Amino acid sequence: MANYQVNKTYQEINEKIKKGQAVVVTAEEIIDIVRRKGEAEAARTVDVVTTGTFSPMCSSGAIINFGHTKPPIKASKVWLNNVPAYAGLAAVDVYLGATEPTEDDPLNKVYPGEFKYGGGHVIQDLVAGKAVHLVAEAYGTDCYPNKRVEKEITLKGVVNAVLFNPRNCYQNYNCAVNLSNRTIYTYMGPLRPRAGNANFCTAGQLSPLFNDPYYRTIGIGTRIFLGGAVGYVCFPGTQHNPGKPRGENGVPLGPAGTLMVLGDLKKMSPRYLVGVSLLGYGCSLTVGMGIPIPMLNEDIAHYCAISDDQLLAPIVDYGHDYPAATGRILGQVSYAQLKSGKMDLDGQEIPTVPLSSLVRAREVAQLLKEWIEKGQFLLGEPVDMLPGSEEVHCIRTASRDS
Amino acid sequence: MHAEMLVLQFSREVVDQPIIYRLVKDFSLEFNLLKAAINPRQEGLIVMELRGHPKDFRRGLKYLRESGVKVKKVAGEVRRNEERCYQCGTCTAVCPTGALHVERPEMAVAFEATRCSACELCCSVCPAHAMEVKLNRSAL
Repeated sequence: MANYQVNKTYQEINEKIKKGQAVVVTAEEIIDIVRRKGEAEAARTVDVVTTGTFSPMCSSGAIINFGHTKPPIKASKVWLNNVPAYAGLAAVDVYLGATEPTEDDPLNKVYPGEFKYGGGHVIQDLVAGKAVHLVAEAYGTDCYPNKRVEKEITLKGVVNAVLFNPRNCYQNYNCAVNLSNRTIYTYMGPLRPRAGNANFCTAGQLSPLFNDPYYRTIGIGTRIFLGGAVGYVCFPGTQHNPGKPRGENGVPLGPAGTLMVLGDLKKMSPRYLVGVSLLGYGCSLTVGMGIPIPMLNEDIAHYCAISDDQLLAPIVDYGHDYPAATGRILGQVSYAQLKSGKMDLDGQEIPTVPLSSLVRAREVAQLLKEWIEKGQFLLGEPVDMLPGSEEVHCIRTASRDS
Repeated sequence: MHAEMLVLQFSREVVDQPIIYRLVKDFSLEFNLLKAAINPRQEGLIVMELRGHPKDFRRGLKYLRESGVKVKKVAGEVRRNEERCYQCGTCTAVCPTGALHVERPEMAVAFEATRCSACELCCSVCPAHAMEVKLNRSAL
């Protein structure tokens, strides 16, 4: 074990939180504190750093148990507000994916498709307390004779509703440009031709995994802010890839780590779970997530203090390279540059466009800070760490990061 | 350069006069037609974007009104639903006038209705459907 000047445990920090004595700052505030006081002193005085992010996260969805009916049904096909949900789970369990469009959506037949309503919207409607129309079909069995159910459900009325997101909270992401001659519509937003704009989608220095690049505190069992309520990291996210190239400061230079998270949907809020339509691409869910980072030692403080000017995003051409999966990267750009409003690409000045809400990400980090200060939220010590926390293995995953 | 989206209503008396021609020739204004319903000896309606030097623009509008054309500005008809907008910034990729822009260092997304040309590009790209068009139904 490394020899640190500061050695704090989760238990010690939680005791302070219970007494209302914990010192909590956001991941933006810690940067200045470390600069002024140094890493060791910052780790000594600060107990928890709160992070936040607020972005469309396509690999999201909800597990809903809508309750047994009379007579009972073993639902095999289910629609919620005409959005198909996966029903191949027992009798009345379904999984509603955020990117599932409405059954009769024209998709991209009229290009670019509008994708006005989908799974993400159903999830937001549910957390907003709205009634959602459920249709279930079944083939009928001796024990489950009912072949069709139609009813209004509400979040309050269903037996269980769990937000379960297989891949959220990407550690770094591409900066998207379009070098082709026509406007394209991507999950990275609209991209005008000849590099007319450059879109980026992380909160930078406030983003959770940028503050813990080697997953030293964020692991399986970490308690988090998810969609306005308490949630948990339950596993590494799909495509979690800690083996991506890293800069000298240890931070990945492209999309690397991801998190699988879950939490009780019934406690969440429509302010932090927003159904979205990405023109020409599809539906999704914008998720507000915040992760507390315990200041166990000065090393943790060191990584929390890495600021936007030292965090780099890879610039990728979505006009050709991304759809052709060439893997080509045009260059690197810092988040400080991206947040400034313009960047340079081969001598051309390009306006930069954020897709991730920094305003809401700050709100999430601030709210989590208040919860901890008030003693309402205790830190969860990971029961197991994520791959990449010990040594960097090159894990084979899909080459694409969307 | 100043640009505004306008709804022009032509009375039966002026519908056969070359008014748009005069706007271009005498006031050096550019126009971009979005909708036109002009029938001889009936009321007519044009929805168009008018663009030019602010001084020419003002003189052009004066000319239109003096000619008996009812002019309504569509600008400001695009509204932001503040409840739905979560301040991401996607709209700033397409907004041609800078009405939608990011304020730094807060990274808040501002909407200045006075700079809006009501082109509606933001309405379809806004992920949260926060930009709403309130068409001037009485004019159309």
